[in-house]
This record gives sequence, C-alpha cells and structure tokens, in this order.
Amino acid sequence: MTTLTDSWRWLTDPAHWSGDDGIAHRLVQHLVLTVVCLAVSCLIALPVALVLGHLGKGGALAVNLANVGRAVPTFAVLVLLLLTPVGRWGEGPTVVALVLFAVPPLLTNAYVGIREVDRSVVRAARGMGMTGRQTLFHVELPLSLPLVLNGVRIAAVQLVATATLAALAGGGGLGRIITAGFNLASTPQVVAGALLVAVFALVVEGVFEITERLAPAWARGGR
Amino acid sequence: MTAPPHDCLARNEWICGAYLSTRRHILWDAVLQHLRLTGLSVLIGLAVAVPLALAARRWGWAAGPVLAVTTVLYTIPSLAMFSLLLPVYGLSATLVVAGLVLYSLTLLVRNILAGLRAVPEETRQAARGMGYGPVRLLLTVELPLALPAAMAGLRIATVSAVSLVTVGAIVGFGGLGNLIYAGMNTYFKAQVLTASVLCVVIAVAADLLLLGVQRLLTPWTRAGRT
Repeated sequence: MTTLTDSWRWLTDPAHWSGDDGIAHRLVQHLVLTVVCLAVSCLIALPVALVLGHLGKGGALAVNLANVGRAVPTFAVLVLLLLTPVGRWGEGPTVVALVLFAVPPLLTNAYVGIREVDRSVVRAARGMGMTGRQTLFHVELPLSLPLVLNGVRIAAVQLVATATLAALAGGGGLGRIITAGFNLASTPQVVAGALLVAVFALVVEGVFEITERLAPAWARGGR
Repeated sequence: MTAPPHDCLARNEWICGAYLSTRRHILWDAVLQHLRLTGLSVLIGLAVAVPLALAARRWGWAAGPVLAVTTVLYTIPSLAMFSLLLPVYGLSATLVVAGLVLYSLTLLVRNILAGLRAVPEETRQAARGMGYGPVRLLLTVELPLALPAAMAGLRIATVSAVSLVTVGAIVGFGGLGNLIYAGMNTYFKAQVLTASVLCVVIAVAADLLLLGVQRLLTPWTRAGRT
C-alpha cells in the first residue's frame, strides 16, 4: 500500500508535470505519436486492403501478415531500427516501428471485412449496373465497416503499447517515465508511469467503445 | 596488417559467424531462459484459463465479468504491466512470468469459451440421452470438441508470449531480450540481430510444434478433408 501512496504523491507533485521530462510533455508526445502514426498506418493499409479485398487477391498475404506481426518482437524491431541509419533521425525508429506494427491488424481486418460481405449482395449491386468503384464504396465498404473499425481499434491499442516500449530504445512518450524510474531505482516513479500508461491505453480503448455504441445500428454490425 | 580472426566483430557487422562461435554459451543460456519463461507462463495461464472458461460457461453471469477483466488486462501495454507488478514481485523472473500469464489469460479464456459455446446443443443432448453425466459429458464430449478453438488460442498466446518475454529485459529477465538490450547499449549489431532472429525462430518453432500436437489430438478434424 505504501508504494501506491508514494506513487500517488509522485503523480500529484506539480514539479513532475512540467519541463521536457514532465508528465504533461510526455503525455502530449505519446498522444501525437499515437494519432499521427494511426493516421499514417490507415492511409497505407486501408487503400491496399480495400483494393485487394475488392479484387479478391492477395488474401494469403493479408491474413498471414497479422500472424507474422505477432511473432516478431516489437522490442527487437525497435532496437534493430535504432542501430540502422534510421536511428540517427530522432524519433525515426519509433515512428517506423509504430507504423510497422499497426499496419498488419488494419490490413487483415479490412481485407477480411470486405471478403465477408455477402457475395449475393455484391452480385445484386453489379446487376443494378454499379461499376466496380461504386460497388466498393457504396456496398462493400459500408457493409464491412464494423470489421474495418475493429481493425482500427486493435491498431490503436497496439500503437499505444508500441509507443510505450519505444522508451526502452530511447524514444519519447509516457514510457520514458517508467524507464527513468527504473534507472533511478524509484519504484514509486515506475508505478506512477505505469499507471499513466495503463489509464491512457484504457481511455483509448474506451473512446472506441463509446464511438461504437453511439454509431448508427448498421455501422455496428450484427455483433 | 593481418586481419584478426574475429574480424567481423571488430568491424561490428550485422551478420557475424565469429559471434556465433565465441558466444555460443551466452546465446544458449539466453535461449533456455527464454523457453523457460515462455513455457512456464503459458502452462500457468492454461491452468488458470480452463477453470475460468468452464466457470463462465457453467454460470452465465460469470462470463461478462471474466471477459471484461481479461480484456482490460490485455489492453495494458507490456512495459506498464511489468512495471505495475514491480512492487509485488520486485526484480525477479516471477514478475515476468506473472505478467505473461495475465496476457495469455485473455486469449486462452476467449478461445476456450468460444470452443465450448460452439458445441452443438444436439450433440450435448445426444450424449445426455446415452446416459452421460455432467462430468463425463464435459470430459469426453465438450472438451474434445472445443479443442481446435482452444488450441488456436494456445498457439496465439504462445507466439505472443515468446515475443513479449523480450520486454522482461527491463527487469533483467528477458531471455534473448537481455542480449538485445545489452547489444543496444553497446551498439553491438551482430548480437541484436542474432538474438532477434532467434526470437522469431523460437516463435515459429513453437507454433509449428503446437500445430503438430493439435493434429495428433484431433484426428477427426482431418477426416473430412482428403
């Protein structure tokens, strides 16, 4: 119990909130990294997945990518990137690793979502004279939205976790509070940092949960 | 100047045969620690997950909270999870195992429960009609039929655990992660690459091994396919 009270005291100390190593700065760093990399990953993964899903090609690649992403340790990739020329460019390794690990869930879920759209609906759309592009945007995409958004949600949680780990390889973000705590052998600081990260991750998850609840019924799917 | 035998070490190359031959023992020890941490945590995870899934299946009201708690645990980033356990376990291997168990729970409980729920009601009734009691029904009908889904969960949990063990390097018990961490601080490229590749090799080998076990345990799933 004393650790928890010590951690609380650490968290509520205004001195720990300001400055370049302060909580406020790290929080903003973490948020910016997550949001920017999520946007970049979506821009990379979703068009590819939508086109592949629409054409029905590259399924094995899209599905296996998620399994490969799970087998490769995030920490190893961060360190490998740090030792390559990318490592000299500030947050370079972090950004590249974040995008690398966010793309697989996005790609797999969007691809599976498009492929799981009822084929008879797609045929009906074609029968009504819709072009391939119209079918994709007006039929397949809306119907696969629940799975696509689920992929975005998994990717976002993954991004928060990866951004935390980036601190081990010298990146910025809330993880730095934890690693600094380890270096200072200060358990209260380690626990305080961990609490911040955990709350951050749960808030991200919660935002998606609430968005899903507020979404119109068709976008929620049959789950 | 003649080239020294451990040339590629001096030049700090990514791929270095001399590294493999000179540090064989260090690598072997790290691999063993990696396997021990992974195996232990997956086994404990399984031992906790099976009763939880059975309880959630038996009592409908338990399913919601069990799934909610495991999902929340899964959302917490690995570094934070290990850090939160620090006051409880200190800098120890137990901390890493405990963290990994908590992660594997989500995947295992979810998959075992899905497998149990997918057992057709007719099958259950047929077994009951043949005079099966609840225990025999569970052990000889429901669990075998849930096995493919459970094994899928076990494979994902194991592969994730292999990759997450590396984060244990923060407390000094990360198996190959220790070598990656040390290699990062000294810019030792061969060590980082070798340890990373070994991690992936372990993950793939574990996955294939479990796939083989699954094939052996569920021969009926292959009967339909030729």
